[in-house]
Amino acid sequence: MDLKSMYREIVNDHNLHPTHKHDMEGANMELRGVNPSCGDDITLKLKVENGVITDGAYVGEGCAISQASADMMLDLVIGEDEENAKHLADIFMRMIKGDASEEEIEELDEAAALENISHMPARVKCAMLGWRTINELLEDEES
Amino acid sequence: MNNWRADFPILSDERYIYFDNAATSQRPKQVTDAITRFYEQDNANPLRGLYEWSVRATDDYENARSAVAEFLHAKKAEEIIFTRNTTESLNLVAYSYGLSHLNEGDEIVVCITEHHSNLLPWQMCVKKKGAVLKFFETEPDGTLTEEEIRSKITEKTKIVAIGHVSNVLGVTHPVKKIAQIAHEAGAVVVVDGAQSAPHIAVDVQELGADFYAISGHKMLGPMGIGALYGRMELLEEMPPFLTGGEMIEFVTREDATYAEVPHKFEAGTVNAAGAYGMAAGIAYLKQVGFDAIMQQEEKLTARLLAQLKELPHITVYGSEDPAKHSGIVTFNVEGCHPHDVSSILDEDHVCIRAGHHCAQPLLQYLGVNATCRASMYFYNTEEEVDRFVEKLAGVRKELGYGS
Repeated sequence: MDLKSMYREIVNDHNLHPTHKHDMEGANMELRGVNPSCGDDITLKLKVENGVITDGAYVGEGCAISQASADMMLDLVIGEDEENAKHLADIFMRMIKGDASEEEIEELDEAAALENISHMPARVKCAMLGWRTINELLEDEES
Repeated sequence: MNNWRADFPILSDERYIYFDNAATSQRPKQVTDAITRFYEQDNANPLRGLYEWSVRATDDYENARSAVAEFLHAKKAEEIIFTRNTTESLNLVAYSYGLSHLNEGDEIVVCITEHHSNLLPWQMCVKKKGAVLKFFETEPDGTLTEEEIRSKITEKTKIVAIGHVSNVLGVTHPVKKIAQIAHEAGAVVVVDGAQSAPHIAVDVQELGADFYAISGHKMLGPMGIGALYGRMELLEEMPPFLTGGEMIEFVTREDATYAEVPHKFEAGTVNAAGAYGMAAGIAYLKQVGFDAIMQQEEKLTARLLAQLKELPHITVYGSEDPAKHSGIVTFNVEGCHPHDVSSILDEDHVCIRAGHHCAQPLLQYLGVNATCRASMYFYNTEEEVDRFVEKLAGVRKELGYGS
């Protein structure tokens, strides 16, 4: 998919009409993720009950790719257990580095459309922000 | 059409619009040829050898120093120190002059428009010496008033560090006036000339600059070579910045005496080929002439500003006067992050800069996170401006807006 199609078909909708970009009551986990060099800045909030992510949201600002990617991530992980959420974040981050198999990428559902970001080094950080943040949040909880 | 373009091989691919000249310029064949010539015909370690090639390499290097001295109107060639770039030049002044002259409570004044390279070295100085960093605040269009300058420079001011031309707004600061006021207060003036030297004739004596820093790569020269002008009386009493080879007079087990200025500040094997290439760039600029450079930049800027005014959803930062931009036009597209804008434009082979342009305090002052920046040089054309605006007009639609 070329860049303009990627924006048109996936990114714009999630950026302009995000499902999960709002404040959330009752979150029990929260972490801020920032890309200092470009100003992407989100705060990710999760509600985790018995090891399952039952709800999630984010607030903040940034470029279309960072915001859309975070929105798609929440689409994917809400309803999943923590282990699986980390598993999906791992696949996504490897996909962006050009190091995930086709079967793995399929697990990412809509977020798989961001695969071509791997060819745009300047935008890698934008796409990774939400995923990196949830990964840190869940890893931190363990340690 | 623009006669100079034929000398720039990279510009022969007409699909590309290169509007990121404030980040680095392109190089004419004359410059790359000069570098090749140095390595193919004169290469040896300069300043050391006693044989013909080394003598030629030394001559090439020292002639380049004279060319830079003439370009900046320094009193003598020895007042030019070769560095890697403007950043290194400014660090040299901060570490050598700054740390040896500042005391607790002394003040350094910079402008809110500074590039980080003319800000962080001074932050380092004030932290180490317990000094104070103050800022000139500009008017909304980036201009500085004499009242503001006088209000910030006091008898405590030891250094005033000012970017001659802002890399975001393109505005030229009144360095001569600042130098006059600074000198009355007994302070020295350090000028970041990275964005001015490619666009306007610089005369360090006329300006009253005590130090003036430039980068070769922004003015047709190669990357990795820059220069620092310093007034001889100041350079002579300053301690070395880096120490090691080629900057000494005598060395014993415990101590050393240093070589004369400028070699005192040029430790290690120097970038002679870079200096030679930088001089070739200067010779080329001389051929084009700063009147012609300014005229072309102003024509392009006027055309771009006028067309951007007609486009909806565009905010332009800086002066309304095209003559006050040095070819730099910074803007935002409503609702679109600059990185998305530049990614979409990149699909159409349009090269612009997006982000904070290494001037975060200025962007905070302007109340924005990031901006887009189109920066033009004398080899750009009106046709490119028109095509750029046409592509820009389609960006919002690509990012999901109605228009």
